[in-house]
Amino acid sequence: MAEQLALREYYGKTIVELGETNKDIVVLDADLSGSTKTSMFAKKFPDRFFNMGVAEQNLIGTASGLAAGGKIPFASTFSIFASGRAWEQVRQAVCYPRQNVKIVATHGGITVGPDGPSHQATEDVSLMRSIPNMNVVVPADAYETAAAVRRAAEYNGPVFIRLARGKFPVIYDESKTYSFGKADFLKKGSGLSIIACGLMVSIAMEAAEILENDGESVSVINMSSIKPLDKEAVLTAARETGAIVTAEEHSIIGGLGSAVAETVCEDEPVPVVRVGVRDMFCSSGSAEELLECYHLDSKSIVEAGRKALSLKRPTG
Amino acid sequence: MNFTNDIDELKEISRRMRIDILKMLHKSGSGHPGGSLSCVDFLVALYFSKLDHSPARGKRDKRDKFVLSKGHAAPALYSVLAEAGYFDKDELWTLRQLKSSLSGHPHALSTPGVEITTGSLGQGLSQANGIALADRLNGHDSNVYCVIGDGENQEGQIWEAAMTAAHYKLGGMIVFLDNNDLQIDGHLRDVMSIYPIKEKWEAFGWHLEEIDGHDFGQIFEAIENAKKEKEKPSLIWGHTVKGKGVSFMEGLAKWHGVVPSDEELKTALKELAPAGK
Ligand SMILES: Cc1ncc(C[n+]2csc(CCOP(=O)(O)OP(=O)(O)O)c2C)c(N)n1
Ligand SMILES: [Mg+2]
Repeated sequence: MAEQLALREYYGKTIVELGETNKDIVVLDADLSGSTKTSMFAKKFPDRFFNMGVAEQNLIGTASGLAAGGKIPFASTFSIFASGRAWEQVRQAVCYPRQNVKIVATHGGITVGPDGPSHQATEDVSLMRSIPNMNVVVPADAYETAAAVRRAAEYNGPVFIRLARGKFPVIYDESKTYSFGKADFLKKGSGLSIIACGLMVSIAMEAAEILENDGESVSVINMSSIKPLDKEAVLTAARETGAIVTAEEHSIIGGLGSAVAETVCEDEPVPVVRVGVRDMFCSSGSAEELLECYHLDSKSIVEAGRKALSLKRPTG
Repeated sequence: MNFTNDIDELKEISRRMRIDILKMLHKSGSGHPGGSLSCVDFLVALYFSKLDHSPARGKRDKRDKFVLSKGHAAPALYSVLAEAGYFDKDELWTLRQLKSSLSGHPHALSTPGVEITTGSLGQGLSQANGIALADRLNGHDSNVYCVIGDGENQEGQIWEAAMTAAHYKLGGMIVFLDNNDLQIDGHLRDVMSIYPIKEKWEAFGWHLEEIDGHDFGQIFEAIENAKKEKEKPSLIWGHTVKGKGVSFMEGLAKWHGVVPSDEELKTALKELAPAGK
């Protein structure tokens, strides 16, 4: 099995590295710095770390003001609070004035686990994706996390990076770079494309293997850049394979599956079958139990793949 | 643009700003006269006397900054910015029109001189804090000024930001509370009381100055006292009159978001005409 690394650990490390060379980088948290790993930055650069206490609206507002003053703020808390409690602050104080704020939200998705639905952000990508000027990234592993964080620091404008609590299997290595709006074909096939983000990328690779053992030819695409979406990659997948499965640790409403379906419907209609949380609140439990229970496992992707293949129009 | 400490001169500027505000609102056909007229004296005191600023200075330069947290008073800010030379006065008559640089509420990307985008109440003070923190990191001992409404003071985020400014010892933060005692649905005591103001803000760690918010002498003294506070942020609690300067608007909630008709504008402009004319 692949090595497993925690994305938030690499977030913490990367902002410390960035902070060494770029004195404009500042970091804010809302009483979760140990969990989000911003504590690593706080320890190294106490003068450039601002704890806002349990006050997420104020977290985003203050970050916006720091950006207005020429700083490059990274603001972190759990994704449910960053995207939910502070949604309007993100809209009004960050995206509308296009402030240079980076929101790195940890503990997204259901793999938060035993804390239960109150802490499981399954609408965060949808909420962030709908705001103009926002870039939304859901990295597939720790190295892509580090690359996206480095890229976010260079880029001038709002970025939302959604991380998870647990460790993800490693897909990339230290040389990984990140571009907004650029998908990554991990595997090229001719019969079916699986477009995934976050943890579901590794699980999609497992599903592809199962399908391939059954004689199917499968593409796997890491669409970590949910917004801007790599439309070219989606349309290429639609044209070349004629059937698509999307897989995300998020509601099937408004996230990656929606973004892909929107693109395909308008420009290259082919069947799109979405794997994700099916418009419901989940349960407490371990990450593994939850992924299986709510059909976010390789078996469910395989089933979705078969459905997409069966919906495919006969060629010719 | 000339700075002045002469109170009569500032009163004269305020008189002209009130006329601009009413004309802008009349022309646009919608907007908020009451709360623009209640805070414009404070803005005049800043932009023509106390604020260290000039249109020539860039975003990153050392200078004082101003955040209009109660963004619906945009006409007051726009009139003052135009007068101070941030943009051409003719722009004022495009307020709220399609593709105008003067949006219904202040927007930093649209209007020169607008520091922070506002309109959603309760958010400006957090951003003012962020600016003050950035100033501190940049080694600039500038002041950050902010105007909040008394209805706006009901927003939870104001209190989050109040805590933050005291916690981070933002002594350069000077906030004017425009206590016109009215919000949209009526008097604060009937809708949702924010009183007692002094006790609450002092308990949050702020230095407090209570003044008549239309008296330039008192505004100056309050700002000077606030500037002496090196660690505590300051709240200038200004007793104001909603619709100040136009007799038929004064003290009435109904003038919050209604603009004068042709007739009403005429009457108002007559009242605001210079003495002896
Ligand atoms: C978050 C938010 N909620 C509601 C409104 C609608 N609104 C605009 S002005 C206003 C009343 C504000 O009262 P106050 O702060 O006292 O303003 P002033 O009397 O100075 O005009 C309301 C509720 C808004 N702009 N923002
Ligand atoms: Mg009021």
